[in-house]
Amino acid sequence: MTSGASNETAVATAVVTAPQRIGVPREIFPGEKRVATVPEAVVKLVKLGFAVVVESGAGDSAQLSDSDYVEAGATIAGSAAELWSNSDIVFKVRGPTPDEVALMHEGQTLIGFIWPAQNPELMQQLAAKKVTVLSIDALPRTLSRAQKMDALTSMAGVSGYRAVIEAANAFGRFFNGQITAAGKVPPAKVFIAGAGVAGLAAIGAAASLGAIVRANDTRAEVADQVVSLGGEFVKVDYEEEGSGGGGYAKVMSEGFQQAQRAMYAKQASEVDIIITTALIPGKPAPKLITAEMVKSMKPGSVIVDMAAEQGGNCELTEPGQVVVKHGVTIVGYTDLASRMARQSSTLYANNLFRLSEELCKTKDGVIDVNMEDAAIRGLTVIKNGEITWPAPPIAAAPKPPAKPAAAPTAKKGHGHGEASGPMPVGKLLIVAGVTAALFALVGAYAPAEFLSHFTVFVLACFVGYMVVWNVKPALHTPLMSVTNAISSIIAIGALVQISPLANAAERPNTLIVILSAIALVLTAINMFGGFAVTQRMLAMFRK
Amino acid sequence: MSASLATVAYIGAMILFILSLGGLSNQETARRGNLYGMVGMALAVLATVFGPQVTMAGVPWIVGAMLIGAVIGLYAARTVQMTQMPELVALMHSMVGMAAVLVGYATYVDPEATKGFEGAAHAIHAMEIYIGIFIGAVTFSGSVAAFGKLSGRIGGSPLLLPGRHWMNLAGLIAVIFFGRMFLQAETIADGMIPLFAMTIIALLFGIHMVMAIGGADMPVVVSMLNSYSGWAAAATGFMLSNDLLIVTGALVGSSGAILSYIMCNAMNRSFISVIAGGFGTTKAAPKVAGAAAEPVGEVNPILAAETAELLRDAKNVIIVPGYGMAVAQAQHTVFEITRYLREKGVKVRFGIHPVAGRMPGHMNVLLAEAKVPYDIVFEMDELNDDFPDTDVVMVIGANDIVNPAAQDDPTSPIAGMPVLEVWKARTSIVMKRSMAAGYAGVDNPLFYKDNNRMLFGDAKKMLDEVLMALKA
Repeated sequence: MTSGASNETAVATAVVTAPQRIGVPREIFPGEKRVATVPEAVVKLVKLGFAVVVESGAGDSAQLSDSDYVEAGATIAGSAAELWSNSDIVFKVRGPTPDEVALMHEGQTLIGFIWPAQNPELMQQLAAKKVTVLSIDALPRTLSRAQKMDALTSMAGVSGYRAVIEAANAFGRFFNGQITAAGKVPPAKVFIAGAGVAGLAAIGAAASLGAIVRANDTRAEVADQVVSLGGEFVKVDYEEEGSGGGGYAKVMSEGFQQAQRAMYAKQASEVDIIITTALIPGKPAPKLITAEMVKSMKPGSVIVDMAAEQGGNCELTEPGQVVVKHGVTIVGYTDLASRMARQSSTLYANNLFRLSEELCKTKDGVIDVNMEDAAIRGLTVIKNGEITWPAPPIAAAPKPPAKPAAAPTAKKGHGHGEASGPMPVGKLLIVAGVTAALFALVGAYAPAEFLSHFTVFVLACFVGYMVVWNVKPALHTPLMSVTNAISSIIAIGALVQISPLANAAERPNTLIVILSAIALVLTAINMFGGFAVTQRMLAMFRK
Repeated sequence: MSASLATVAYIGAMILFILSLGGLSNQETARRGNLYGMVGMALAVLATVFGPQVTMAGVPWIVGAMLIGAVIGLYAARTVQMTQMPELVALMHSMVGMAAVLVGYATYVDPEATKGFEGAAHAIHAMEIYIGIFIGAVTFSGSVAAFGKLSGRIGGSPLLLPGRHWMNLAGLIAVIFFGRMFLQAETIADGMIPLFAMTIIALLFGIHMVMAIGGADMPVVVSMLNSYSGWAAAATGFMLSNDLLIVTGALVGSSGAILSYIMCNAMNRSFISVIAGGFGTTKAAPKVAGAAAEPVGEVNPILAAETAELLRDAKNVIIVPGYGMAVAQAQHTVFEITRYLREKGVKVRFGIHPVAGRMPGHMNVLLAEAKVPYDIVFEMDELNDDFPDTDVVMVIGANDIVNPAAQDDPTSPIAGMPVLEVWKARTSIVMKRSMAAGYAGVDNPLFYKDNNRMLFGDAKKMLDEVLMALKA
């Protein structure tokens, strides 16, 4: 273990011996039911070379017993103190309490939700401990590679789903419309403010329960996603782009906000359930639903305020509480993800496992906090006691969040039954001119006999064009093999010559017969083979 | 049978041929179309055999030759594998070309054929022979080269001789020069020399033309040769003053030309550029397309078991097959997977790009062989808008036809080519042997998309594993 080495102070992370131990303590924040790893993830972490220690009872609230962890390859630590002192890396969900910070030792690495901007004191305490801290919430979300580690997204998805379930619980009616013998039940109308990850998850969940779902977001580009999940996008009648970069929204202008309020007021009076998810990073949640709007809602309606922790999107929200105001139930839970501890723990554990993969590319059970890597640089808020937060902005985002300028989608339908647009007049004139000249040339020199054949030829070309143009692409291969078989009509040419002529002395009969016979064999192969193989192919096409 | 009766029979045959091509416009009438073709052919051959130009002395020859040909042809048709259809079709084109050459020579050496031709008529007749043999020879050698390429006997990459356009031009000038010589020839023996010289040039020209074209352009080549074989028949018709040959040749010729046109459109390339040489020739330069065009990110590999998991959880699946499926002979496993998923209530459809495979309609035939019902096989235009509603897209051995660079990157060599928009689906799984670039030599940004997974390995083997995992 590292504790035995005397020189660890100098290069703490460099001389650690494999395998490093990952410790997973029990979450001690009141009401927190999640746990930072689950048995399935333990198996994968062990494969990466790590040893995993889990505090006894860590998974109890998420219905994961100690024996589940042991089966997956983890060892169990009896107490928090034992766990913290024996771990090189600690996986947590919530940020550590002062008590937990006290248990940390130099050179240790902590991974969890730290929220460095909101917790400057905690940051100072951790820095004083000379530890390394990776704050999963500081992940640069615009990096496409980082998405598999994006715990904010996975937690928001769970919360969005749970918000609908909470709403359904508090709402006294069906979500889906039904016509029963006992009468008709109209479907519930749900309005979702903010179509981020949580909002989209909520849209999907509510729509699959059968409700009529409407949603709004200041970022117009999410309209398609709303529709794809079965929602209806409600526009604010005002022109302004609300994308603030990094996938978040920004604060909007006064004119916009006025139009937005009018729209919210209208929705409030119409819908049964409102779920609000509007957050602006580093700012209190915008107050979208006023007391007036709550009053205008039908009695029995439900508001789930997912922004309760940041002050709430509704004026009447009481964070952490369910209250009934003006006949409307307002759910202000701040622990929606924790209320589905098993699901959110599994997703979070996978996010951390993906992060471990990035940290341990050598798969030898030793992590390397590589500050050259943009994703890891962003995550690392404290490196060996030195505060490295906030990370410099990533120089060139690989994908701009805004859509690239309209791509040149030259969609020329290869057109069956439709020509690819009329030919430009100039080109048409040239083609017509050349054709006319050729025809004039033929007309001037060719004998009448040739011209009659020529007429037939030109007409046949057009007939062929008209007939073949309607052939389905699926039948192109049979078409080719049948035209190929038909082209063995050239056999006629051999047939008319094969007969030796007795009365023509100059005719090299033998040579002609041989040439014709070979030609006839070749065309016969083609004729019979072509039709037979076409028949075989066509017989295979079935419904 | 009188000459008039034979002519009437010929008209009947023409009508039947037109009906035959018309019948192929959809699956229900296609078999009847083929039947019309057979009846028309039988009518034409019998009318000729019993017509005034065939005497009893010729009949044994005819019967013998036809029997030999029939046996070989039927044997080949029965034993050929559906994946080998492009080769077979190419080989058959070569026979039409060769026959045109032989008939041309036979006509030329026959003094009876030119009896009564004077002045312009004689010159035109000689020119018809000359052109007929030229087209026939190009068709023959081109088809043989195409056969070699398609069957893997010759490498698929384009053979690009230095100054090849000049060589072609020189060949053309030589052909015109010999043509002049041929027209001025006094006797048949005199004309033989330029005729032979031209035939050799035409043969070389045919080989050279096909060799310069890359494997991915093969659909164009095969349909182009189809067209040539028609023109060869039409030229023979002019030579023999036979309207049936002219009409049939023109039908086949224009049909092949339309197919070539459709194929070129499907690749957003002009016919000239395909014929002038394959990808990777003029396209080698724009490799310096700039950093913006370089795909960013990393590929996400996936295992067969996870693929099965994704498929099982999907409601809407689209399978996009490519030449790789044909190479791996994976179509039967694809069908087994399709059937399993359909039984489970998953909506499975196939998306076919017009140039997928090595000849027009190649994929459709393979899927039909594997008993995939044709009403779940769709053309690109029919389902390209449905990808956003699709849960999983399986791309089996295809690359360029699903390359988003064709739409996003104007500097890409395949920019503007219509492609299947598989990246709009929720998840796409690309089955590939390795990360090698596609035929066009263009890197595929699809592989680096977040919603894309790569299933590496031989398509057949991996699909078998997927099927096993599905059934487990």
